[in-house]
Amino acid sequence: MGLVESGKSPKSLTTLLNMSRKYSLWVYQWGLACCAIEMGAAFVAPRYDVMRLGVIPLPASPRQADLVVISGTVTDKMAPSVKRLYEQMPDPKYVISMGSCANCGGPYWDSYSVTKGVDQIIPVDVYVPGCPPRPEALLEGIVLLQEKILNEDPADRWKGGPLVIDG
Amino acid sequence: MNVTEQDQLSYIAAQAADSRINVEIETEGMTLNIGPQHPATHGTLRIVVKLDGEQVIAAEPIAGYMHRGYEKLTEVRTYPQVTTLINRIDWLGSFANEVPFILAAEQLMEVEAPPRARWIRTILFELSRISNLTLFLGDMGIQLGAMTPVFYAFRDREHVLNQIESVTGGRFHPNFDRIGGIKDDLPAGWIDGTRSAMTRIAEFCDQMEALLLNNEIFESRTRGIGVIPADIALSYGMSGANLRASGVDWDLRRDGGDGLAYKELDWKVWTHPDGDSFARFWVRLQEVREGVKIVEQLLDGIPSGPVMAKVPRIIKVPPGEAWVETENPLGAMGYYVVSKGELVPFRVKIRSASFNNVSIASWVLRGVYVPDIITILASLYFILGDIDR
Repeated sequence: MGLVESGKSPKSLTTLLNMSRKYSLWVYQWGLACCAIEMGAAFVAPRYDVMRLGVIPLPASPRQADLVVISGTVTDKMAPSVKRLYEQMPDPKYVISMGSCANCGGPYWDSYSVTKGVDQIIPVDVYVPGCPPRPEALLEGIVLLQEKILNEDPADRWKGGPLVIDG
Repeated sequence: MNVTEQDQLSYIAAQAADSRINVEIETEGMTLNIGPQHPATHGTLRIVVKLDGEQVIAAEPIAGYMHRGYEKLTEVRTYPQVTTLINRIDWLGSFANEVPFILAAEQLMEVEAPPRARWIRTILFELSRISNLTLFLGDMGIQLGAMTPVFYAFRDREHVLNQIESVTGGRFHPNFDRIGGIKDDLPAGWIDGTRSAMTRIAEFCDQMEALLLNNEIFESRTRGIGVIPADIALSYGMSGANLRASGVDWDLRRDGGDGLAYKELDWKVWTHPDGDSFARFWVRLQEVREGVKIVEQLLDGIPSGPVMAKVPRIIKVPPGEAWVETENPLGAMGYYVVSKGELVPFRVKIRSASFNNVSIASWVLRGVYVPDIITILASLYFILGDIDR
C-alpha cells in the first residue's frame, strides 16, 4: 500500500483498486427519523434490493464501515454522536446525507433544536434530496458515489496516521 | 488517628475471617448504555440500564434526541402549512397525524367535511394504520432473531404504500387532508387496486401467524415477559394496542368522537388478558386484520358527492379552543388548538401516544434480563418522532 499512499501507483492499478472498493461498500445505517424507514425499504425490501449494487448494509459497528448514510433530522443533542461516529470510521470513508433534514434542516429550518445540515459537523460526499427521498433516490445516490469512487485518486483519501478514537 | 501495626494486623485478620464466612459472591453493579442510536428503537431513544449480573435493577429512558420543536413551529405556520409539519410526528402512519388537527380546526371553523371526504379520510386513516402495523409485525420478528418476517413486511407494505401514493402523491407524508375535506378525489381504478392490496395484507397476516405465533422460540421469549397489569397501564396513561393487550377494552374509534366513519361499520375491538409481549403482538396482528375488514367495508359504500366543503381561500380560524383526539396506530393522539382569530394557531398542544407508552419502560424493565429489554421495547412499539415531537 506504500505506492497508493504516496500517490505513485500506476493508473491501471488505481483503477483496479477503485473498482474493487466501489463494489464492496459496507454501509452503516445511521437511521434517525422518517428517512430511516425509506432507507430500510431500500436496504431490506425485496423490491429495491441494494445488494445487487455491491452494497452490504450489515456492518456490526462503524469501525467496519466504509460509508455511512445519515438519514433523518440531526438535532443539536444528536450532533456530538454523529461526529463521534464519523471519527470512529476508518479511512477511506464516505458520507451520504439523505433527506432534506440532513441536507439543510428541511421543514425544520426555523426550529430551535435542529442542526441545519449535517455538513456543518462532518464532510458530506453525496446529498440525496427529498422529504423523504424515495428508495430509488437513495440507490441513485449510491450509484453516484460509486462513480465518484471510481474516478478518484486513492491517495487523496488515505490520510495516513493511526485511527484516533477518544472517549 | 494513630494507626499502629497491631491495629492493621487485626483488621486484616478480621477481613480474612469475614471472607471465610461470607461465601456469597457479590457482583458489582454495571451501567449499560443502549443508544442513542440502536436498531431496536427505530431511531434515537437512549436507555440507561443498571445491571446486576444479567438482571436489570433500574432503567431510565432518555428522550429528546429527536426533539424537533413541533409545538413552537406550529405557532409560525398557517393552518394549511401545519399539516405538512405534523405529518412527520409519527412517520409510519403519517395521514393519521393530520386528521385530529384538521378535525380540531374544522370544529373551530364550524365547517363539516362532506360524507365522501369523511369516508376517504377513514380509508386513508386505516391504510396508514395497516402500513404502520405491518412493519411492527416484521420488526418484532427481527428483534427476536428471525430475519424472514421483516422481508415479508417490507414486501407487502409496498402494496399499501402504492395505494396511498396513487391518491395522495406521497408514499410517506401525504399532506392530503384539508380543512373542510380532502385535496382530491380518488383516481380511476383505485378501489380495485386497494381491494387486491387488502387481499395481500390478509395473506401476510396469515403468514405472520404461521411464522411467528406458532413458533416455540417466539412463544418462550414473549409469553410472560414484560407483563403490564391493567391498572399500571392506565396509571401511566398508556393507550392504543398496548392498553388493549393489558385487557382494557378501550378504543377511540368506537368510543371517541364522530369525526370519522367508524361507527357505521361492523368491526371488533380485540383485547388480550395477559398484558405481556405476546399479547401486544397478538393484538396488533388482529388489528391489521380488522383494518383490512374496515377498509373492505368502506370501499363497498363510498358515498358520492363533493370531497371539499366551501371554505374561504385564506383560512382564518375564529377565536376559540378545541381538543380532538383519535385512535392513531400507536394509540390516542390529540391536538389542543387555541386560536386567536389569526392566520396561525396561537398554541398547539400535541398529545402523542408513544411518550406515555414508553414512559412505562422504567417500570416494566425492572427485573428483566438483558435480551428481554429489546423484545419488550419492540413490543411496546414506539416511534421516536412520536415521543420527542
